[in-house]
Amino acid sequence: MNDHSRRDALKCLGLGTGTLFTLSSGIFGAVDLAQAATHKDIGTPLFVQISDSHIGFNKDANPDVIGTLNRSIDVVNALPRKPAFAIHTGDVTHLSRAEEFDTAAQLMKRLQVSELHVVPGEHDVTDGPGVEFFNRFGKASNNRGYYSFAANGVHFVALVNVMDFKAGGLGALGDDQMAWLKDNLTNVPNSQPVVVFAHMPLWNIYEPWGWGTAESAQIAQLLKRFGSVTVLNGHIHQIVQKVEGNITFHTARSTAYPQPQAGVGSGPGPLKVPAGELGAMLGITDVTIHRARKPVLADITLT
Amino acid sequence: MKTRFFALPLLALLTAAPAFADASVTIKNFDYSPMDVTIKAGETVTWKNLDGEPHTVVSVDGAFRSKALDENDSFLFKFEKPGTYKYICSIHPQMKATITVQ
Repeated sequence: MNDHSRRDALKCLGLGTGTLFTLSSGIFGAVDLAQAATHKDIGTPLFVQISDSHIGFNKDANPDVIGTLNRSIDVVNALPRKPAFAIHTGDVTHLSRAEEFDTAAQLMKRLQVSELHVVPGEHDVTDGPGVEFFNRFGKASNNRGYYSFAANGVHFVALVNVMDFKAGGLGALGDDQMAWLKDNLTNVPNSQPVVVFAHMPLWNIYEPWGWGTAESAQIAQLLKRFGSVTVLNGHIHQIVQKVEGNITFHTARSTAYPQPQAGVGSGPGPLKVPAGELGAMLGITDVTIHRARKPVLADITLT
Repeated sequence: MKTRFFALPLLALLTAAPAFADASVTIKNFDYSPMDVTIKAGETVTWKNLDGEPHTVVSVDGAFRSKALDENDSFLFKFEKPGTYKYICSIHPQMKATITVQ
């Protein structure tokens, strides 16, 4: 298959909503999935990020969230160079229902990756303790939710910021998890790349809608000594990025439906767009980094 | 004997539950309306979500907690003890309101 036909084949898959992260010179890049097929220099594939699949959602903004998750999985599976694993940054389900989790788990079995790391979104733990979520995804963290692991010389940290809300509505890690995070990072050398992911933004994007984390300043303080830090989240169903020192903050799109920009409308609910525009709203915005030690950010939509 | 001891009060509670609410709160556009409701001890409040986005009704001090309420779903709670009950939506914790029980 030549480059052109592969690109067309990926385009035909439609709403591919994932981001391929690669490691190049120790700096991360998020590469548009459709472009990854044709890219000559994208480093070593590490993982893909999927987010906010909201299985169980059935309103006008997208009556077929199963279909769009399936198409996203198709895009991941069609990658010419396979990522080692996938992360799902939460809101796997819409209403925390057992049958929604069952459907999502069944769908994600098709992901051709060796591991799937999942952190909960607030939609996954509406019962409080998150029984259904932890029954399925709690093993990696010993049912705590937050944990770390290493892959390809990269230190990964999965955090939970949706189970300890503070007044005002920001997400929060809570004292125990903050203490754990500090301890966890202690022995990681400055030169080791670090990836941190959670559901809600770990940086404050728009506080009136709770788009942030109460301990964001302390978290940034813990991370600033590292030469390469990538902080990922979902929750806001759109791309927002920020680079602060060596830390790149990057939000993911949803596989289900878009949300309004910060402060537009009455609240962060599903955004209904004309059917022909949904693809562009779910399309990919990516960060690409190659040989240079500085990240290069690029927004790309699929349609 | 133990089983019977626990079963009896539960039965009494079920039969005593009112078929109507003494006060109602609607959830629309990411707000509880009205945001402040005052009732008497023993009265019942019902919440109904009119948003396409799910919401919950979660007491800050743990006194009550709804499941995720999808559009047009309702939650009902009977307040037995006087007090001020602050609650939030656990999905959108910027949403806050209060029930005062006299």
